Amino acid sequence: MTIHQFAPSRRAFLAGAGLVIGVALAPRVFAATSSLNGVPADAQGQQYPFQAFVRIAPDDTVTVLAKHIEMGQGPYTGLATIVAEELDADWSQMRAAAAPADDDVYKNLAFGIQGTGGSTSIANSYEQLRKAGATARAMLVAAAAEEWGVPAAEITVSAGRISHAASGKTSGFGALAAKAATMTPPAEPVLKDPRDFVLIGKDRPKLDTVAKSTGKAIFTLDIHADDMLIATVAHPDRFGATVASVDDTAAKAVPGVVDVKVVPQGVAVYADNTFAALKGRAALKIDWDLSKAEQRSSEKIAEDYRSLFAKDGFKAADKGDVEAAFKGDGVTRIEADMLFPFLAHAPMEPLDAVLVRREDGSIDSYNGAQFPGQDKQAISEVLGVDQSQIRINMQLAGGSFGRRAQFGSPYMREAAEVFKASGMARPVKHMWTREDDIRGGFYRPLYVHRIRGAIDKAGEIVAWDHVIAGQSIMKKLELDESSVEGASDMPYAIPNLRVFGYNTEVGVPALWWRSVGHTHTGFAVETFLDELLQKAGKDAVEGRIALLKDQNRHLGVLKKVAEMADWGGPVPEGRQRGVAVHKSFNTYVAEIAEVSVDELGAPKVHKVWCAVDCGVALNPNVIKAQLEGGVGYGLGAILFDQVELGEGGKIIQSNFHDYRSLRINEMPHVEVAIIPSTEAPTGVGEPGVPPIGPAVANAWRQLTGAPVRRLPLVNIAVS
Amino acid sequence: MNKSNVLFAVPAALLLAGSLLLAPSLSGAADTSPTGPQEAAKEGGPVEGLKPVSAFDSIADEKQRSIAIFEETGKVLQHPRCVNCHPAGDRPLQTMAMTLHQPPVFRGPADFGLTGMTCNTCHGPANAEVVAQAEGLQSIPGDPNWHLAPIEMAWQGKTLGEICVQIKDVNRNGGKTLEEIVHHMGQDHLVGWGWNPGKGREKVPGTQEEFGKLYEAWAATGAHCPGE
Amino acid sequence: MVTFTLNGEERRFDGDPETPLLWVIRDFEKLTGTKYGCGVAQCGACTVHLDGMTRRSCVTPISMVEGSEVVTIEGIQGAEAEAVQKAWVAIDVPQCGYCQSGQIMSAVALLQTTPKPTDADIDGAMAGNICRCATYQRIRQAIHDAADTMEG
Repeated sequence: MTIHQFAPSRRAFLAGAGLVIGVALAPRVFAATSSLNGVPADAQGQQYPFQAFVRIAPDDTVTVLAKHIEMGQGPYTGLATIVAEELDADWSQMRAAAAPADDDVYKNLAFGIQGTGGSTSIANSYEQLRKAGATARAMLVAAAAEEWGVPAAEITVSAGRISHAASGKTSGFGALAAKAATMTPPAEPVLKDPRDFVLIGKDRPKLDTVAKSTGKAIFTLDIHADDMLIATVAHPDRFGATVASVDDTAAKAVPGVVDVKVVPQGVAVYADNTFAALKGRAALKIDWDLSKAEQRSSEKIAEDYRSLFAKDGFKAADKGDVEAAFKGDGVTRIEADMLFPFLAHAPMEPLDAVLVRREDGSIDSYNGAQFPGQDKQAISEVLGVDQSQIRINMQLAGGSFGRRAQFGSPYMREAAEVFKASGMARPVKHMWTREDDIRGGFYRPLYVHRIRGAIDKAGEIVAWDHVIAGQSIMKKLELDESSVEGASDMPYAIPNLRVFGYNTEVGVPALWWRSVGHTHTGFAVETFLDELLQKAGKDAVEGRIALLKDQNRHLGVLKKVAEMADWGGPVPEGRQRGVAVHKSFNTYVAEIAEVSVDELGAPKVHKVWCAVDCGVALNPNVIKAQLEGGVGYGLGAILFDQVELGEGGKIIQSNFHDYRSLRINEMPHVEVAIIPSTEAPTGVGEPGVPPIGPAVANAWRQLTGAPVRRLPLVNIAVS
Repeated sequence: MNKSNVLFAVPAALLLAGSLLLAPSLSGAADTSPTGPQEAAKEGGPVEGLKPVSAFDSIADEKQRSIAIFEETGKVLQHPRCVNCHPAGDRPLQTMAMTLHQPPVFRGPADFGLTGMTCNTCHGPANAEVVAQAEGLQSIPGDPNWHLAPIEMAWQGKTLGEICVQIKDVNRNGGKTLEEIVHHMGQDHLVGWGWNPGKGREKVPGTQEEFGKLYEAWAATGAHCPGE
Repeated sequence: MVTFTLNGEERRFDGDPETPLLWVIRDFEKLTGTKYGCGVAQCGACTVHLDGMTRRSCVTPISMVEGSEVVTIEGIQGAEAEAVQKAWVAIDVPQCGYCQSGQIMSAVALLQTTPKPTDADIDGAMAGNICRCATYQRIRQAIHDAADTMEG
């Protein structure tokens, strides 16, 4: 039976929590009040638009259209807070919903296209949404002034009420929304003095917390459409392998399996339910063509990378005279080779998408989109449908950590290929299993570092020579800043500094992973510096302070974290502490980790102190949550994680049993302090990650005497 | 493949010369080596069998014959499939490499796990096949009586002689008479799981019937233990 | 044909008896609060209560559920569930939220038998539930808070 022969039938729908795609479509809207609010999608019908970002409904609710995806870092809440502040709204009337895909109107001002990543959601939206809120406020005031026949300057707005004291007139937003939407927006809306902020700077639960605590939040995987097929794709276990031949007899015999098609990414199995799709996939017999596959093991790849160091790389930093400094009289030199493995993002919700063709031939895509414009373009190219006929319905994402932000949207290309091969007569939900995810590539690339450091007779660090080899995430043919960021611009006053980057070719697709280059440069710089300081007989905190000179924001977080942890004070027996400070995405974070050796000889992290300077603290609750989570995410990776290519390039890890996640019994207690600041806000999704690895590794070196040269920590073996 | 009489002591983790040596226990729970799809298909061919009781007829001395028969049963007793649930600590082991169970679970007051993570949170009354997921994890083992052996029945880290004495000791064998021990070995359903461990797992040698026959013969020859 | 109770209502399933309970709940019953995360009982996102105890629905063939009572996040009731969900919201536990149904199902089961859990009790009950956002610190706190409110 093929999909075309399959007679569409209206199957009985059982009431449930899933978003059902039928006649009307609704975006998820999260209310500031306690329950999930089903505001209809078609904002034009019932709500009044105030330019691109603000919608006000007759019932006084204010919906902020979020140009950024909500994948756990809290932008829906943050963006709504910014608007509410300048609008003088009451928090209870605020809602957030996903904006449509539009690379112009909803572009990330830091990227130039619509996109979420690089911890930029608040940073790039702050001024923009303050203005959006202030504009909407001015339009409401203008409408009230006209309606009441009073001067606009005499009108006040507070907690969602518009008032004119002299006449005693007062109104909510909703009653004036229709008129206000027709008013001319001010050319330059007046923004509040930050000292007058009412909402910004206060702890506030996220808008979607209730829905996420009751099972009601809808993710892509939860979407059901009438007559929908579930598709899974059998992928090769080597990167670059293609389908040579497939025997689908047994797969097609599985009850519920509707069809099997070869797609560029593998073999797609379509079924009426998920289990049939999985069972069908397991029954496929596929011969893979390995002629174009990456067949090197991780070890061989690392070896090949090291051989590059004999040649010239791309200059990232060259200050002073490194060679001369190393030849200096009486200098002590240390060298280190470090290896960082491929890392999968492993978001809890594996990649998935629902594609539906409407009667008019237009396409609806439901997916968690970090780059919705890229997704739209990919679907358009694969399906041959004009972009104007494609709607990206951005869904909540069950984590992402960078995984859903891909130029060219390779994942959505697979989903679109699968949809296209189905004939598009029925909606298709394409889902990855955890194995597809762990083995799906687009990893934090494998990097090899070689560092040399020199300490002079006086105990000063005089030279630092650093080479880094790995894939260019941006596929550049010149220096990729994202391979060296955090090393080439290290904040320490080392007179002679040289950093070179080497781009490598390997058939494993690479991608940014929560904190990108800082995942490895932060580790390399902060562990090697720690060793040099120890070698020079200096305290890890005092030594850093001396080298940070006038780097005031680095100094601020470092001094704060030392104070929080009572650095230099007593440490429980059997434990040691390590410190690291690192700036990423313009946010400064210092962490101290207290570590012991557990009964199995592995590191046990008991406590982490963390100080962060991210400018204006929009919502301290969310900032602290992101730092706590960043510590946990980074810690799991440095302790346990690697995706290895074995003999012949076969991918070894496959699921959470061999690609371990940090668990609750391994989570240290994290104490976070936020440095008060009036600087513009910067991101917090990623910057908590880089310091945890080196802080733990530095404590580990104090415990065992062994520097960590290779991650994950469980891999350190006696040579 | 000869097994030493002394089992590996806990997943090896040694701090040597300031560096860390870790068994793969922290990295995963795959029953197989990460690359091999199925243990049984691994090098070494078919699983070793159990010798029949008659194979020991040539040993004239009854005590020596009894000991030899018990030693034959040691192929089963000391197989990871059995020892994994007779651990010396509070955490069960898993896989042929006898690594700590992932997700982390603990013995608990009734050898059935801790509240919220009892054995039956994952293990059902029968092996459950896992379809189209990790090739290193093709089924979740199960039995109506799935649980951990009590700590006094721990075998991990013990010699076969020590295990033998322990099995006969009513204070450490659940109060069983020799007759009941023989019956338990030959008939108990959970013991029998060793020969039916589910897809993707290596069986223990022989059959439960052969195993039971060996115990009958061992009891009949005085139930002597190695090292006696 | 398998007959079981789902959130208090009798349900029948006449499909493939090997179908994991997870997919019966999600695909056939359209209750999507219970999540797929790993399919191999490693992550706990699919946790339900089966006859009053936690159960990973992804490794539970529907044939095993005959005659049993299944409760999902949509159907949990009682003092523990109420206290846990209130505590979750009060300290804003979820981030991406995908694992939280499973976390809450495990937490409720813990409190039903251990009203005043220690940190070790929490580790024991919750170590099977992975949260990639690492909201663990708040999960621990929320469980303690829920226990405190129930005590009263």
